[in-house]
Amino acid sequence: MFDDDEDLIGDDGDDTDLLTAEEKAKVSVKDASFSDPQVMYAFYQRLFPWRQLFQWLNHSPIPSNDFMHREFAFTLQNEAYLRYQSFPTFETLRKEVLRLNPSRFEIGPVYSANPRDRKALRKAVFKPINKELVFDIDLTDYDDVRTCCDKANICEKCWQFITVAIKIMDVALREDLGFKHIMWVYSGRRGAHAWVCDKKARQMDDGKRKAVAAYLEVIRGGAQGGKRVHLRRPLHPHLTRSMDVLKDSFTTDVLINQDPWREPEKSARLLHLISDKTITEALREKWNSEPSRSSVKKWADIDEVAKSGISRHLNVQQLRENKQDIVFEYLYPRLDVEVSKHLNHLLKSPFVVHPGTGRVCVPIDATRPEDFDPLSVPTVTQLLAEIDATTGEEKMADYEKTSLKPYVDFFKRFVAALVKDETTAVKREREKEEAARAAAAGPGMAAEMEF
Amino acid sequence: MYKRDTAAATRRRVNQAGRRHFDGGKFQPVDYPHRLNFYTTPPTEEVTLDEFEQWAIQRLKVLTEIESALFRNKTPDELKSILNDLLKRHLPLDANSSRSESLTAQRRTDHYSHFILRLAFARSDELRKRFSKAETILFRHRLMTDDGLEREGFIASLGLDWERLSDDERSELESELKAASGGKKNLEPTYYKIDWEKVPELVERRMVFLKRGMAYVPASLQTAVVVGEFTNHLDRALELTARALPRLDEDERLIPILNHLSHGFTAPEFTSDPNGTHLPGTAITAASIDSLLQHFPACMLHLHTTLRRNKHLKHFGRLQYTLFLKGIGLSVEEALIFWRSSFSATPEDKFNKEYRYNIRHAYGLEGNRRDYKPHSCQQILLEHAPGNGEAHGCPYRHFGPDNLRAFLQTQMGVTDSSVLQGVKNDNEARKYHLGCNRVFEWKHREELKREKESGKGTVKETIIHPNEYFLRSWELAHPDEVQEAAKKMEGMEMKDEVMM
Repeated sequence: MFDDDEDLIGDDGDDTDLLTAEEKAKVSVKDASFSDPQVMYAFYQRLFPWRQLFQWLNHSPIPSNDFMHREFAFTLQNEAYLRYQSFPTFETLRKEVLRLNPSRFEIGPVYSANPRDRKALRKAVFKPINKELVFDIDLTDYDDVRTCCDKANICEKCWQFITVAIKIMDVALREDLGFKHIMWVYSGRRGAHAWVCDKKARQMDDGKRKAVAAYLEVIRGGAQGGKRVHLRRPLHPHLTRSMDVLKDSFTTDVLINQDPWREPEKSARLLHLISDKTITEALREKWNSEPSRSSVKKWADIDEVAKSGISRHLNVQQLRENKQDIVFEYLYPRLDVEVSKHLNHLLKSPFVVHPGTGRVCVPIDATRPEDFDPLSVPTVTQLLAEIDATTGEEKMADYEKTSLKPYVDFFKRFVAALVKDETTAVKREREKEEAARAAAAGPGMAAEMEF
Repeated sequence: MYKRDTAAATRRRVNQAGRRHFDGGKFQPVDYPHRLNFYTTPPTEEVTLDEFEQWAIQRLKVLTEIESALFRNKTPDELKSILNDLLKRHLPLDANSSRSESLTAQRRTDHYSHFILRLAFARSDELRKRFSKAETILFRHRLMTDDGLEREGFIASLGLDWERLSDDERSELESELKAASGGKKNLEPTYYKIDWEKVPELVERRMVFLKRGMAYVPASLQTAVVVGEFTNHLDRALELTARALPRLDEDERLIPILNHLSHGFTAPEFTSDPNGTHLPGTAITAASIDSLLQHFPACMLHLHTTLRRNKHLKHFGRLQYTLFLKGIGLSVEEALIFWRSSFSATPEDKFNKEYRYNIRHAYGLEGNRRDYKPHSCQQILLEHAPGNGEAHGCPYRHFGPDNLRAFLQTQMGVTDSSVLQGVKNDNEARKYHLGCNRVFEWKHREELKREKESGKGTVKETIIHPNEYFLRSWELAHPDEVQEAAKKMEGMEMKDEVMM
């Protein structure tokens, strides 16, 4: 039920706009304490960083269309889903959240007009114009690789896939694509989201989003298919750099921790990915006589068999490429690219509570992702208890009394840097525009009016 | 219709609106130093309404063919040869080096027709997208076929924002650039640095090295950059045109033409002759249909045989077949006779109650009185896949491979195993049209050969409409009648001209 999934806006997808009184009355009380409506109410009232959220989305102190035309979507306690909500200020947003007390809410794009007026507007006038470039990585997409957990469960071992993903993606977004304001957020259960907030990223159309997603995507096709990694050689510099990261952790994170090929059925997959049939046959024979050989040994066996000279026409280059492809297939980030490709995709807001785990969707410091432990992320009930446990110090904001503080502080620093860049950029743009206007008085500009 | 009217007055009025809006703008006659055009400057000289329409239609023919080639999954090479041919006929554009006397006239036509169609297609989001896509392909084609030097000159004239990589930087990044180039032995001598957002296509396919938001593009990939820029520019311009359209202060001369043009840019449709008869010298009646079956494409033959066997067809089957028959010239009276006698197991009152209305409806005589067009291959392939007990659809697409093979052998009489294999391959490549055309070509191999030898063959374009299949097949079988009819037509036109 509470998957970390998102909803894509269909053009004609209409919403459940207003709840009837009856529906409001039957807001169900969940037995789990962290989705207790009262717990959520207290969280929104006392802990949620509304002001920072506002600044993050608004990019300046005075409310602008960046915030006012931004879509919010609420999932209510009874699972009703309210699209196209928008707010003039963060106070009004906060008030409405307190009134509706949603179990979670999502953030959509900024529209060309106020989302609340959409019904009065023609389709051509009401359309999404910008949104952060977002990425979604979810451990369920690794289910054919991870052996420690499955479905919604995670542990320290499989979280390493996310850690590696963050390392690889973050450096590519910065070094290759030139983005600066990238925030990684724990999705509350078994994945992470990236919000690329640079103005340039926000203004990208779907075509450019798709280009970025494809640039970063390596693994294609489902687990049932054949080879899922098809890469041109020599590797593109982005992939060479990624390979360096993957190589370092492949032995520990995949071979030792996941041991993905111990079962004979599973090692068949490994054999399938090696092109030299003589070698696969030799390996199959070897492993048949010792079925539960560990993945570390099986991985080493490949080189050993190759060196033994059993394959007379061994193509060393090809074998090396096969092995690289295997490393990619097992450890390279698996993106849900649909989320990234579309301007109008909604994504769960940072700092909301995951209804299934009670954990807050806190930012992850991408400069040291290996220090992040999803299992020690504070839960909403724990946080509320921490407020109650603190006495004295009346002046302190509630969040400062809790273990949410470092995360809110991190978010504040992130937002401050973004807003700072944005204001200087706005100034520069204004100057440029003025210069352009002066120059545009000549021919050409009238062009589009005319033929 | 033929008075030498000009649209100048109209234009002047629009000009004024434009001037007010943009705070001044000068309109000068344009000269065309390059073969290619980025269409940044609108044309300003007077043209006659005739030219206005004529040029637009010529360009429209090209764009429509591009669309249909796309939808038929043509390979780039196929597209290239189609375009070469089409452009030669409808929209020639010679290089400076050709020293052709019509250079300026050609470029003028190209320039004006682009802007006219821009007006016609700015109206809706969907039209804008399709127009931009087709224009982009046209532009890319021309850019690729442009003479090397002239292309360089044209690109330089665009003043795009790219920076030539210094030799130092180039050698510093040598290994990265090489890796990104896909392992070419030698590094290209010239590289450009450009914002990656200008070359999303190249980024998407990891064809260029990226560093801090800049794409390092070898000169050989410049085309992609230019094409991308062309599309961006066109999309922006179309948006602006769309916004300006409601303010287009226009009398009743241009709008009807523009509307008409944009209607022409829809999926290939077969327009039936209002007179009803298509086949020179032959009137089609309910009784004559069975004698024409050898000209039917597989889909219609299948419907017909199913109808004969079951004495019934389900709704979509009736619709597809009725419209096809209407398209080949069966009148509504004859259609009613045909269907009544075909549904021989159906009692009279049931037929009158349930089917009569449908048939008349398809002929535009009931309900909303729309004149429904025969379904194109595109519609048949994409809409309403046939379900249990239904016989409509496209056999190439909707039959299993074994059923299709048996059908082609027994019903269509295909005996050549290489043709059957070819159809199978086409299907695997999801090119259902090609399979159908392959069968057509095989069935008509003799006639086609004769036609080719006599030199009278029209330019061969892939058939993408069942009625086109029928007509072409019929014409191949009756060359004399066709010639006769053509002569008559010519005569009539001559008379018209004399009358003017």
